[in-house]
Amino acid sequence: MRVIIVGAGEVGSNIAASLAGDHDVIVIDVDPEKVEELTYTSDILAIEGDGTSLETLEDAGLRESEMLIASTDVDETNLVTCGTAKTASDVFTIARVRSANFLDTWAQSDGAFGVDFMVSTDLLTANDIVRVVGIPAAVDVELFAGGLVQMAEFEVAEDSDIAGRTVEEADQFEALTFAALVQGGEVVIARGQTPIEAGNRVIVIGSLASVHAFSRTVAPTATPDDARDIVIVGGSNIGYHTAKLLEERGIEPRLIEQDSERGRQLAESLPKTIVLEHDATNVEFLTGERVDRADAVIAATDSDEKNLLVSLLAKNIGARRTVAVVEQGDYASLFEAVGIDAAINPRKATAEEIVRFTREGQIENLSLIEDRQAEVLEIEVDAESTLAGRPIRESVRALPAGVVIGAIARNHDLVVPRGDTVIEPGDHVVLFVSADTLTAVMNAI
Amino acid sequence: MRTRVNWRVSCRLVGTILKWLWVPLVFPLGLALYDGTALLPFALPMVGTVAVGVGLEQLTEDRELRTREAFLMVSLTWLSIALVGAVPFVLADSGVIAAPVDALFESMSGITTTGATVIVDFDRHTRAILLWRAVLQWIGGLGILVLATAVLSQLSVGGAQLMETETQTQDVNKLTPRISETATLLWKIYLGLTGLQVAVLYGLHLLGYAPSMTLYDAVAHAFTTISTSGFSPRGESIAAFSPAVQWAIIPFMATGATSFMLMYFVLRGDYERLRQSGEFRFYVGILALLALGVGTVLSIDGAPYTSVEAIARHSLFQVVSIVTTTGYASTDFNLWSSGAKHLLFVGMFIGGMAGSTTCSIKTLRWLVVVKAFRRDLFTASNPNAIRPVRLSGNVVDEGTIRDIYAYTLVSLVFFIVATIIVVVDASRVQLNVSEFEAMSAAAATFFNVGPAFGIAGPLESYEPFPDSTKLLMTFLMWIGRIEIIPVLVLLTPSYWRS
Repeated sequence: MRVIIVGAGEVGSNIAASLAGDHDVIVIDVDPEKVEELTYTSDILAIEGDGTSLETLEDAGLRESEMLIASTDVDETNLVTCGTAKTASDVFTIARVRSANFLDTWAQSDGAFGVDFMVSTDLLTANDIVRVVGIPAAVDVELFAGGLVQMAEFEVAEDSDIAGRTVEEADQFEALTFAALVQGGEVVIARGQTPIEAGNRVIVIGSLASVHAFSRTVAPTATPDDARDIVIVGGSNIGYHTAKLLEERGIEPRLIEQDSERGRQLAESLPKTIVLEHDATNVEFLTGERVDRADAVIAATDSDEKNLLVSLLAKNIGARRTVAVVEQGDYASLFEAVGIDAAINPRKATAEEIVRFTREGQIENLSLIEDRQAEVLEIEVDAESTLAGRPIRESVRALPAGVVIGAIARNHDLVVPRGDTVIEPGDHVVLFVSADTLTAVMNAI
Repeated sequence: MRTRVNWRVSCRLVGTILKWLWVPLVFPLGLALYDGTALLPFALPMVGTVAVGVGLEQLTEDRELRTREAFLMVSLTWLSIALVGAVPFVLADSGVIAAPVDALFESMSGITTTGATVIVDFDRHTRAILLWRAVLQWIGGLGILVLATAVLSQLSVGGAQLMETETQTQDVNKLTPRISETATLLWKIYLGLTGLQVAVLYGLHLLGYAPSMTLYDAVAHAFTTISTSGFSPRGESIAAFSPAVQWAIIPFMATGATSFMLMYFVLRGDYERLRQSGEFRFYVGILALLALGVGTVLSIDGAPYTSVEAIARHSLFQVVSIVTTTGYASTDFNLWSSGAKHLLFVGMFIGGMAGSTTCSIKTLRWLVVVKAFRRDLFTASNPNAIRPVRLSGNVVDEGTIRDIYAYTLVSLVFFIVATIIVVVDASRVQLNVSEFEAMSAAAATFFNVGPAFGIAGPLESYEPFPDSTKLLMTFLMWIGRIEIIPVLVLLTPSYWRS
């Protein structure tokens, strides 16, 4: 496959390096130094030029390319690049944006901005942060349907209520579907009579709240209760999205922001978050606010230095876990070396997401289970699909045995799939499919 | 000296309103014609108001109403209608309301939907005069709806911007974009509710449940219920009617004090709004709580009510009547125990929902005061926390909160000062008025409730007060009805200075 990458910054170069092994990669950047450097370090073709100009794109071989990735640091440039590319060819376009606003617009209308797939750095980073602090008991967590549906894989603890029961007995959760169990490395589809034993892994799909409730049952000691004390430092967009995601999980975080106007703005849009206006590098303030007893402190200001300082301060006075956002990729390992529990680099996370997407093809979202033994994927149902227009009980009978319908998202609302639920065209369905039946299932739906 | 206020525009617009005042005068004129009583008290003001109105319209060609002119216009409108409304009482020349001060008191009490009366002997007056009182209140109720939703919101006065916050959702910010459309809509709902109440009351009469509720009574009471004003052509108020009538009137008083915007959405089938509206829940909660309190006190007192139904009916009726600022009496609550009376007294300060015909401080303001104070308590222990006040999920602007605190405080100060003046003025003429009576009379007029306790009780009259006190109360009714600010603004020099 021929791939054009516009923007040779940290994100672009990371993607280029990852893809260079299997694909023909062409990188475009306005900065001649970066272009030169890239030509020496990787086995790729680098062109100097403006990615928003059609001429440059065509010079890079737009018409022969199958994919274009716009990954500069400027949102608008990336959107215009995708739009420009679409005028001349039907290349598959991927845009990286910071702002979640563009993502909202894009998610609401198909093909907005000429973008086929969009990654919002802010939202992605917030998701990563929440994944780290949110559900510690989970082995793997993935979000589907724009964050409405969550897939999680848990290891069943010895002291769990569901150990020693069957799936039918354990299935006491609203808006939660048991998809499969992993028993001794083998993926087993969850049927009513399948026994669950301690040490098994169980894969569930459902609403965020139900997955959280389930995590408490499956691993009571590893999942703290609702009164989780999480402190976010910095009201950046990442800080805002992190607070919002935590609110959606029923947690009431505290957010410390120095600027009073921004603080007011955050307090108005985050009803369940307590917004504090103060400088978070003040130890007296941190101890006064009992940050030393926090379960997790997330440093998400716009400055790496400040994030480092805040995280170290918090760790030093006794906070249990610290997570820091690091814009400068090289610092991430350094942060972890000095004792910060997790350093998250938005650019690296973005590059990974885009690479993952290019590898997994054009399904809307996908997660691999246990060395590709099974996949959890999200599809939009069209009118011809086996699933459309009839109760799930009937459509499942028409499909191969290794399929579980995990969740349905209809008009941004979660519909819990039951035997008599009718799937409508346009619904987004999150499916669990075992690898051996994957082709047959994909053909049917 | 040139002033910065283009008073000619204000007067011109008041003139337009006065010009159309002949229309409501048609009701009593028609009844006088039917009854064969004097026509002159209505025919003369009809001619007069048209003449004055047309005269004022000649002042200027300019019709553009700016903020300053609007304050003047609002204040003058209520005052001038009260003046015109008083003329029939003077011309009828019967009973105490023939005296100019009493006539003005009665007329102001009408147009401000207060319901405080100086009439002592109701039988002396013609049905036409008593109907005129009801008509005044009915147009007063409609006027305040238009004022609250259309005019005050333009002036950012009186919690009108809050009402928008309260009814706001993602899709609709205002009821309809244009003021005239909003006014038409409210007027249709208002007319519909009045018609419905006439039908219910007269229907009860036809079915034999309300022997004394004639068509005339049904119309007169419908006019003063939905406008939450409370004049009754009967000296005994609603106590003159059967329990069935009393039960039937309760929901209409409660509806009159419900936000008409909310009603519009409910009429469109959007019942979810009722549940979503924090103010509606608060309003219903207060009615229930106070009625329960009064009912409990009455049950403990025992006499004079023997049946559970009577206790339930009178406690609910009186609480709804006072809280909505209607002011009807289903019984002489002057005879109640001190505990029950004081609970009712508290109700005078509450009022119904904003955007209704109710008066007083209103539940919307109280809800914001409660929430803002709870927020202040939170920030007292968390000095660095930023916590916005939310109403039905929407953030309330800090400036609005400050305005509401100020309004509530100013209202209470006015009430206290008015009480003291009433007491002092009464002792000047050696009239025996207790503090509680003076407090209740000041609150009942300033918050446009109507009847007070003791000397000005529900079956009594404001007649014994000296003229000076009556003029004070007329002033209180006037400024209380139009949310104080428009009148007080006129008293500041910077309003006039060029």
